[in-house]
Amino acid sequence: MSEKDTGAVREELIKYYDGAERVATIIDEEVAFPDGKLIVSRTDLKGIITHVNQAFVDMSAYSRDELVGANHNILRHPDMPAVAFKGLWDTIENGEKWQGYVKNLRKDGRYYWVKATVIPNVRDGKLVGYTSVRRKPSRSKIVESEKLYSTLM
Amino acid sequence: MPFNFTVSPDFAPDHMSGWFYFNTWLQRNLETEIHLELFDSFDEQREEIRAGKIDLIYANPYDASMLVREHGFKAVVRPAGKRDEAVVVVPASSGAEVVEDLSAGVRLATTADPDVHTIGMIMLEPADLDKSNITQREYDTYILVAKALLRGDADVGFFLKQGFDELSDLIKKQMRVLVSSQISVVHHSLLIGPNMQEYSDSLNGLLVNMHNEPKGAGVLESMGIKRWESMSVEQTEFMIDLIDTLMI
Ligand SMILES: Cc1cc2nc3c(=O)[nH]c(=O)nc-3n(C[C@H](O)[C@H](O)[C@H](O)COP(=O)(O)O)c2cc1C
Repeated sequence: MSEKDTGAVREELIKYYDGAERVATIIDEEVAFPDGKLIVSRTDLKGIITHVNQAFVDMSAYSRDELVGANHNILRHPDMPAVAFKGLWDTIENGEKWQGYVKNLRKDGRYYWVKATVIPNVRDGKLVGYTSVRRKPSRSKIVESEKLYSTLM
Repeated sequence: MPFNFTVSPDFAPDHMSGWFYFNTWLQRNLETEIHLELFDSFDEQREEIRAGKIDLIYANPYDASMLVREHGFKAVVRPAGKRDEAVVVVPASSGAEVVEDLSAGVRLATTADPDVHTIGMIMLEPADLDKSNITQREYDTYILVAKALLRGDADVGFFLKQGFDELSDLIKKQMRVLVSSQISVVHHSLLIGPNMQEYSDSLNGLLVNMHNEPKGAGVLESMGIKRWESMSVEQTEFMIDLIDTLMI
């Protein structure tokens, strides 16, 4: 757990890139990334989830049924700057791999940090979707990212 | 000209003769000539692959990626229930309780097994360790990795989970597992090369039924494999995509 966690609960309006909005409950409490696991998901070209592994289900606290078919921004945390995701999309739509640190929002309002790698899925020469694999980040990288992202908000 | 068959050098030594029985069984059932060649090192084997000399290979997931994407190989089957997982191990006397207790300068004992090494390095990342701030030495076998840990020549070691589990209790008792990977979608597979594609369907049909046939069942047992499972193109591509994300 992060030492700065206060456990404070707040309601916050999350505004998405496409203009959609939702009010989410945000709890300042980290859930630790499970040792040795990878959190895996795949999306179509628009970022709609097509596959999740069990670690994804467990960490997000949503059910598989709630996740598959949903927009991947279901995990967007209000502490993440929009520019980080712009960088992600610009990179993968260009056919390249993206790697970065992401703070994710769970269904219960708590959060978890990941080191994410997103790659384009090419089949028979055609881009058909994206795969993201997350690993456990180091504490120092989380602290660095928290600092950086707060300046980009 | 016979086709050329090879096996990823990370096979368990106990199963070496099993791969020769398998080749004999294959030749009889596919009614074609196949030559089995085993290599001591991954590099030697990769040279033969690049030279286009391999037609059939039981490949580790890392090499499978190169074989499919660069050399036009196709996955036919995978061994049921067998997954490639890695463990990060320290001597029992180590002060480290979790990976995060390891610090820059640790001495790593590893092998040339590309999957185990890659997964192992990922499991060190939470401690801010990477190849720039550790010293590493490559050993030929997992027994030698264990010996390096026990002799105090290394602070941390990487093992294929199965390789670690198969060590004697006496040796295992002197070590401690810090982290065990639980990836579950990365595994070896039998891949067929472009020159042998015409046998793809018959090979698949034969192999998925191999365990139902008395001779086949015996051969499988000698290879330490329960039965073969068919692999679809998409399953293969998914595994390769996943491995791709681990390479950076
Ligand atoms: C394969 C893939 C995985 C993604 N994983 C996440 C994720 O874990 N968390 C997240 O907030 N956004 C993730 N995104 C980015 C989202 O699509 C989205 O851009 C982001 O949540 C911000 O929401 P917005 O763009 O609707 O404003 C992922 C995108 C792709 C293509």
